[in-house]
Amino acid sequence: MENKLIVSSSPHIKSPESIKSVMSDVLVALFPAVLAAVIFFGLPALITILVCTLAAMLTEAIILRNKNIFGDGSAAVTGVILALTLPPNPPWWLCVVGSVAAITIGKHVFGGIGNNIFNPALVGRALLLVSWAGHMTNWLTPVELTATATPLASSSHPGFFNLFVGAVPGSLGETSALALLLGAAWLFYKGHISWRIPCTFLAAVFVMGSLLDGGFSLSQGLFHVLAGGVMLGAFFMATDMVTSPVTPRGQLIFGLGCGVMTMLVRLYGAYPEGVTFAILLMNALVPLIDNMTLPRKYGEVAK
Amino acid sequence: MSLKTFKGGVHPGYHKSATEQKPVVPAKPPAVAIIPLSQHIGAPCEPLVAVGDEVKMGQKIGDSKGFVSAPVHASVSGKVTKIAKCNSALGRPVDAVFIENDYQDTWHESVQPHPDWENLTADELKKIVREAGIVGMGGATFPTHVKLSPPADQKIDYVLVNGAECEPYLTADHRAMLERPEDIVCGLKLAMKIVAAPKGFIAIEDNKPDAIEALQKAVAGEENIEVAVLHTKYPQGAEKQLIKVLTGREVPSGGLPAAVGCLVQNAGTCIAIADAVRKGLPLIERIVTITGSGIKEPQNMLVRVGTPVAEVVEQCGGFTANLRKVIIGGPMMGLAQPGVADLPVTKGTSGILCLTDKEVTIDEIHPCIRCGKCVDVCPVSIMPLFIGSSVEQGLYDRAEKYNALDCIECGCCSYICPAKRPLTQWIRMAKGEIAAKKAAAK
Repeated sequence: MENKLIVSSSPHIKSPESIKSVMSDVLVALFPAVLAAVIFFGLPALITILVCTLAAMLTEAIILRNKNIFGDGSAAVTGVILALTLPPNPPWWLCVVGSVAAITIGKHVFGGIGNNIFNPALVGRALLLVSWAGHMTNWLTPVELTATATPLASSSHPGFFNLFVGAVPGSLGETSALALLLGAAWLFYKGHISWRIPCTFLAAVFVMGSLLDGGFSLSQGLFHVLAGGVMLGAFFMATDMVTSPVTPRGQLIFGLGCGVMTMLVRLYGAYPEGVTFAILLMNALVPLIDNMTLPRKYGEVAK
Repeated sequence: MSLKTFKGGVHPGYHKSATEQKPVVPAKPPAVAIIPLSQHIGAPCEPLVAVGDEVKMGQKIGDSKGFVSAPVHASVSGKVTKIAKCNSALGRPVDAVFIENDYQDTWHESVQPHPDWENLTADELKKIVREAGIVGMGGATFPTHVKLSPPADQKIDYVLVNGAECEPYLTADHRAMLERPEDIVCGLKLAMKIVAAPKGFIAIEDNKPDAIEALQKAVAGEENIEVAVLHTKYPQGAEKQLIKVLTGREVPSGGLPAAVGCLVQNAGTCIAIADAVRKGLPLIERIVTITGSGIKEPQNMLVRVGTPVAEVVEQCGGFTANLRKVIIGGPMMGLAQPGVADLPVTKGTSGILCLTDKEVTIDEIHPCIRCGKCVDVCPVSIMPLFIGSSVEQGLYDRAEKYNALDCIECGCCSYICPAKRPLTQWIRMAKGEIAAKKAAAK
């Protein structure tokens, strides 16, 4: 008996949560958005999502020489999120290039999971956006699937109801606010994201949209919140654990920064949409933000 | 009413049902009592007896001249057979007096009740507490008389009885509160008298409604004592957290509770104080929870100090075949043992927790995914993830910058970490390295 005893440092019990379970929860949370994408954009959407996810998982498995293709699930999350940022019917090779870039340049050159500075899916998307701008802005109307422009780039307002449920042109996952909110609710419930980043992100977009897009208009603020990639970015990309601050105050600053940068690009930049670059830019500031916002420790004595 | 609680913390499963309804039963006295000469934080005792001496129960057999120390007493009557090393829960062999039990339980003449106990002065009471060898029985084993002697310029406003028992599995304090509530109140009043504190609290988590009821009954009519019901969350019973919750005060970093006018005593310690003052009893036995799925019959037992853990385990039906870990204390802060040979129950042994291969996992350590959960759960708001990565790289200065020295080692960060990083262990390492560096610099 005696020689079998394990001696280790306390604590001797651990929560059942693991990286894999966290990533699985995120995949579950992404499901409503995936479903909405398939409902609105049909089979091509499904193929896009599958190709991206598989390519991301395969790339990671090869880099890690891991026989289990799912691994810890983080590559699948990157793949799905990347797919959700793509237009409805991109060529298959675009999906593959984006996923491979996301996993290699976005993640493994930095040392793999936990060490990357930038959100891997957004690195993939940014690369595609600057390299194949045509493919990346090939928008289709939902259901009928005819070529069109996104609400952000068009002059006609699609109506708030359509914006909310997602019956508008746009990237696969960014169109339906409803589906994204459902998924986000799950992540809140599981304790994987806090309100701080998404709420400050959305608040900044709402306020700047209300004030600066052609005079004071609350409905214009709401439009900016619901249109484009803000919801997807706020709930699923800016909240990426690895690339967002860990301190409570840092998360507030990070969320605000994402919102402000997004609106600066939308209102004054060359691109109609700025979520990608806003988050990537804020990602770079995370170590700085963390170290400037260390929480006040218990019993801290003024020096 | 919203329950009182603190920032951070975790909710591990209670695992208390195996023993919380089981009354405390006396354990068999040991055949040979092994009384370690160091059962407390502070200077070890020198033996007052020699091999071959006859000793009586309650006789002082070890004492020290150091102020931060507590004497030890014979828990059985009999003959001193040897003075030699025995194992300690900390893993470091300590000197101990081995007494062969004559099973007569003859009390030593020094053990006399104090009929006039209500008229004793604070100094007399403090002396009784010291001579009884009372130490903090929650596990830290800090000598109680030292706690009861705050610096003259620090006035104590509150005495807090810690009945939170936030460690999963353990029920020793719970049973003490159920079975001896009046003695806890008596011990609290004595402590309040010694430090001239105007107000007392008895803090209990809301997962022990029967104990709350028992103590509310016991304090009926006591105007300056309040039973405080706390939200059940680990580490609700950590000293600094308890003080913040009940008084709103924060013990300054590196300071002691007396600095903010507070004194915290474990529920079991209060009973020991009451017993010492009224009955003249030294601390020679304590309640121990023997539990976990690795033991056949989990129980709460009143165990003589010096009883070998192996004998206690035997009285609980022995270990199960799939035993993988024996812990002295609770699962969050207890100490895992390489074995139970020559390991006696001491004043600080609140539990003997036996876990099987179902609970004991050896996890692969993954890279930090910066989920920040360790920051959220840390009750002292330090940065476990950054301290962990600093230690991995040997950067102890950086670990100090992230407040490693303020860690209370509650274990919440390691518990919650999805990457299974041994954060608490790393922080402990950092504390040791930083302390060593500071000592070398002096």
